[in-house]
Amino acid sequence: MTTAAEVRTREPQPDESAILVVDDLHVTFPTLGGTKVRAVRGLSYQLRRGEALGIVGESGSGKSVSSLAMMGLLPRTTQISGSIRLDGKELIGMHDREASELRGKKISMIFQEPLSALTPVYTVGAQVVEALRVHTDLSKERAQARAVELLDLVGIPNPRERAKAFPHEFSGGMRQRVMIAMAIANDPDVLIADEQSTALDVNIHAQILEVLQTARRETGAAVIMITHDLGVVAGLADRVLVMYAGRPVELGTTDEVYYAPRMPYTMGLLGSIPRLDASGRSALVPIEGSPPSLANLPSGCPFRPRCPLAIDICAEEEPPLESVRGASHRAACHRKEEIETNGWSVGDVFPVPELGIAPVERLPREQRPVALAVEGLVKHYPLMKGVVFKRRVGTVQAVDGVDFDIREGETLGLVGESGCGKTTTLLQILELVKPQAGTIQVAGKDTNDLHNAHARKALRRDLQVVFQDPQASLDPRLPVGDVLAEPMRTHGYDRKHIDARIKELLGLVGLEAGHAGRYPQEFSGGQRQRVGIARALALEPKLVVLDEPVSALDVSIRAGVINLLMQLRAELSLSYLFVAHDLSVVRVIADRVAVMYLGRIVEIGVVDSVYASPSHPYTQALLSAIPIPDPDKERTRERIVLQGDLPSPADPPSGCRFRTRCQRFLTLTEGEKQLCIDRYPPLIPMGPDHSAACHYAEPVAVIPEQSKERKRRRST
Amino acid sequence: MGKYLVRRLINYVVLVFIATSLAYLLAAVSLNPREHFQGRNPPVPVTTQDRILSAYNINDKTPVLDRYGHWLDDLVHGNLGRDFDGGYVGANLSRRMWVSGQLLLIGTILGGLVGVGAGAWAAVRHKRVADYSLTQGAFFILSCPTFVIAILLQVGATRLNDAVGHRLISFSGQSDPALQGGFFSHLGDRLDHLILPTITLMLVGAAGLMLYQRAAMLDVLGSDYVRTARAKGLRRRTALTKHALRTALIPSMTIFTFSFATIFVGAIFTEVIFGWHGMGEWFVQTIQGNDTNGVAAVTAVTAVLILIASFLQDIIVALLDPRVRVG
Amino acid sequence: MTVPSQELIGTVTAESGIDGTAMLDETRVPSRGRIIMRRFVKQKSAVFGLVLLVILVFMAYVGIHFTKWGYAQPDYNSFAVTPNGSHWFGTDAAGGDLYAMTMRGAQKSILIGLLVAVLATGLAAIVGASAGYFGKWVDGVLMWIVSLLLIIPGFLIIAILSPHFHNNLPLFVFFLGMFIWQITARIVRGQTLSLREREYVLAAKYMGVSGGRIIVRHILPNLASLLFIDATVNVSTAVLTETGLSFFGFGVQPPDISLGTLIQAAQTSATTQPWLFLFPAGFLVLLLLAVNLIGQGLRDAFDPSTGIAV
Repeated sequence: MTTAAEVRTREPQPDESAILVVDDLHVTFPTLGGTKVRAVRGLSYQLRRGEALGIVGESGSGKSVSSLAMMGLLPRTTQISGSIRLDGKELIGMHDREASELRGKKISMIFQEPLSALTPVYTVGAQVVEALRVHTDLSKERAQARAVELLDLVGIPNPRERAKAFPHEFSGGMRQRVMIAMAIANDPDVLIADEQSTALDVNIHAQILEVLQTARRETGAAVIMITHDLGVVAGLADRVLVMYAGRPVELGTTDEVYYAPRMPYTMGLLGSIPRLDASGRSALVPIEGSPPSLANLPSGCPFRPRCPLAIDICAEEEPPLESVRGASHRAACHRKEEIETNGWSVGDVFPVPELGIAPVERLPREQRPVALAVEGLVKHYPLMKGVVFKRRVGTVQAVDGVDFDIREGETLGLVGESGCGKTTTLLQILELVKPQAGTIQVAGKDTNDLHNAHARKALRRDLQVVFQDPQASLDPRLPVGDVLAEPMRTHGYDRKHIDARIKELLGLVGLEAGHAGRYPQEFSGGQRQRVGIARALALEPKLVVLDEPVSALDVSIRAGVINLLMQLRAELSLSYLFVAHDLSVVRVIADRVAVMYLGRIVEIGVVDSVYASPSHPYTQALLSAIPIPDPDKERTRERIVLQGDLPSPADPPSGCRFRTRCQRFLTLTEGEKQLCIDRYPPLIPMGPDHSAACHYAEPVAVIPEQSKERKRRRST
Repeated sequence: MGKYLVRRLINYVVLVFIATSLAYLLAAVSLNPREHFQGRNPPVPVTTQDRILSAYNINDKTPVLDRYGHWLDDLVHGNLGRDFDGGYVGANLSRRMWVSGQLLLIGTILGGLVGVGAGAWAAVRHKRVADYSLTQGAFFILSCPTFVIAILLQVGATRLNDAVGHRLISFSGQSDPALQGGFFSHLGDRLDHLILPTITLMLVGAAGLMLYQRAAMLDVLGSDYVRTARAKGLRRRTALTKHALRTALIPSMTIFTFSFATIFVGAIFTEVIFGWHGMGEWFVQTIQGNDTNGVAAVTAVTAVLILIASFLQDIIVALLDPRVRVG
Repeated sequence: MTVPSQELIGTVTAESGIDGTAMLDETRVPSRGRIIMRRFVKQKSAVFGLVLLVILVFMAYVGIHFTKWGYAQPDYNSFAVTPNGSHWFGTDAAGGDLYAMTMRGAQKSILIGLLVAVLATGLAAIVGASAGYFGKWVDGVLMWIVSLLLIIPGFLIIAILSPHFHNNLPLFVFFLGMFIWQITARIVRGQTLSLREREYVLAAKYMGVSGGRIIVRHILPNLASLLFIDATVNVSTAVLTETGLSFFGFGVQPPDISLGTLIQAAQTSATTQPWLFLFPAGFLVLLLLAVNLIGQGLRDAFDPSTGIAV
């Protein structure tokens, strides 16, 4: 990997060494009714041989579209202008026959949807072989042998056998590896990796990034990494390009962009990311509003409506991308010189809201009433296989003995990979029925004692839920007012009370009373999630269950919703059960955290203690896999990359369920290992309110400490 | 899997039994075989009528449940009963199924090929002239009831025959009974009689399948894996046939399998209008002829064939789609 | 140059178009109904189908009164005459005015088609949604009935029973409806299975809303597009079945008239007296075409991904 020193010494030259030169690229989609969606509006950059460039932006920023333009894979009706030269050859307007010869050979792309990107009816081996044989005249046998080598290279275990398997027999992470194998099959000069993280768990994501690094090393290809997450590229990219509303708004070396951002949008993005290395509960930097419509762009700077620094000129003229200082760092802002001279940092530009504290939080934990208590919860269900010939092939131990409690005014973060049982736990609680084993107590009432639908319905008032996907959680056929009224009508509120309460609720979550008559489709994702939160609060519940409430939102909008949740908790003394796979969000919002693995809690305790000294090897791995938007820390951080996928919950390993992937297990002696194989470890206290279920638990710090002062780096 | 199959088979047997019994009971109650004796000259004495009807187990003076019991008893012994003319339903059935099979085989296969081909082609030429005309054409055909198509074809064939001055296309019956000649002239005659019904069946089959295939193909064309195939460097045509069409064939092949497996059920309109003595024609004749036992047999055969067809459908899906196979 | 990717454009517009705050505050997004209307009207063939249907319905119900001949009053001065100024569609061998008879038959077909479609779609919606939402034994029982009805040849049952509903229209409609709802019910069930897991349905469930109410309030409205399209398909299925049955004499019985009976009567003379066949057959084909085109137009208007230009 290149070090910071090397990066700084490189000067951009109008380069012969550039493998890819993009010049004034415009991409426009015609739409119904003649309006045009201008997805990319003037993008220029150069990519040197072997360089890694990160393109960062939110959905709709044009980052993926510009790469598809390079691949020549945009729909026929798309209007593309400008120039893209690959190794001197102009790609725009090239005949498809010629373009097909370049695609997959000189320029490859790894798409973001691992689940749907492989043809379902062919074996993965056949698909890799196909990629090889399109461009070479390898014999079938040679190609097959090479395909197995490639699958091995990207870390697929037993590649010879697995090559004969079909895509649906692979996990998302494994499919992503196959995609990478196909992309690097012909040693491309340019490798485009589109948004690797969205569909994958943190661990798998970390694995994939490693594979990408390997691929880059093996092929020497220049890499373009497209992402919405500034954390991901911090440690990997040499340079970073930030895009907003189809335009590049900041371009520079990684250090320049992270340590001295000169465009307020970049600053906002950096501030809005919940950071693992933050200390304690704190508000995030919210960027108000949402990205503009590409079909209907405002005049002037497209970021103006959301920018705290906007002045008159911003409404009139769109700022060009110009050098800030030195040729390498460029930003598109009318006030970049001011920012530069005054040395404004994120905190100077974006005001951070104050967070209150609920009165109940002043009491010590033991004295607060219990909002939710779960003891020995078990949920097993039959595993069926086959669509045509359905049959039971086993029992999924989705939740297998889980204990935790939440006190009033407290937030418990429940984290783990997908498939660990966290969602099943949450659904079991919401069902309010007698669990297969164990007990669930909501607001002091045991669900085993709820004998009729009436009692259950009464208890539902105390327990409400906010779902992950704001798109799916509101009925598109109902106006927002009706959405909010539904719980109240169900519980027999009278009309007048309901009307008043709707207004109140909308105000509570930062929307206007006038919005009650509008349909969910008319709102942005962030606003819809606010409506979802308002609905959950309608019945004044004591406990709100949040199922990944921000993971479907754009980065810049996320912070606002997290801040809102924290504010509401303080104002209304709510308790939250916050289910997430993202440990950095939990870090910001939760008081306590429980880490789940294969249906059991492996570590639980107060956030500060668990994050500072994670004691279960799994927690350590999870924490180390989360990127921090700080290039220096990222480059020096040691990553614990877990091996393989989550074992099937239908067939968990004996003894400690984590031992098959455990990094600590590998360091043990045979005698010590035997204990892990034979016995499931109990939760062992690791400190006050902190315990871990590991026979050999031992705190290891995996998060670099927050530096007191952020270092400022400038190219000299 | 064995247990699953057995359960499914039992369910099938129960379904067929109930469907057939229902049809038998409805027919026994509502059809009136005695009509056959009406207007006979000299009038048939009632006792004679009763004797004949009772011999065939279709006497309306016998309580319906007794007749049903009798019929069941026969059924268990492999006897499907007799029709009014004394013919055995079982023998009729096997002869007619064979006729229907002969009639439908070519038309169904041609319909399948044309439908899939046209549908895929239309999808690839999405929103162009070819797509537009194929789609509208399919809509037009689907809007023509089969009997309208068949009669139109007959009118057309008559005009053609008149124009050329001799019988170029025959459209009534399965063959010319008066024909003298060897194997080849008989074969030619058969094929000649097959032309119009086959075109009818092909048009109707192809139009429906075409729209279906087109929709399936359009779904697949925008999919990520076709884009992946293109990103590998496959030419458009290769990506379309090898990746898109292969996957889009799965749903339309299941539909095709169904129609293929049910060719022995016959085609009602085509058979009646073109004078083929297959199952479809029998279907109409049993009801018009107040033939209770025949109705029950038609229902049973239809039910069994539909179940076989849906079972074959499942097998075809499993063959074509690795995602559905028992893993 | 490449495969058409509707999705891509979809994402771009969805994320930036409808999603912007700017949109919310300044311009109101047109309601879903308006968008669908606009998409429907943009398709020439769908509009053609709609206009055609209006004309045909008008002809059948109003146009029948324009001629002085009644459908049941033969003109004993003109037997089997070709179309002329007095008998616009000609007459049959018994002197019946074909125009009046065709319109009368069309009335029957249109009425039966609409009633059957409403009945069948309604039944399918209720059964499919209940089976899908409640699952377990409700699903088992309902779907078993569906598969039973699917293997019973409905055409045959109606034919057997036809003497009993001798021009008893409600009964005839009921039986036609009973045999064409099963496929839709299966589709509705499938859709309900996925809607049941949708978060807004779960949200309603976890706030204590009852199952029946969830079906009425959340599930059926969200299947409205499917049900609409299906109702149009059912209209044409019903008309086809009715005319087919009548063609064999199992449906509408003399002295009443159906397009099916007219076509059957004309079959033997189709070459010698073609007008007897062409007018009723033409009317029937146009009627079905109009309904099918409207159905397709609705499909494309509701689901833009398979249809018209974006």
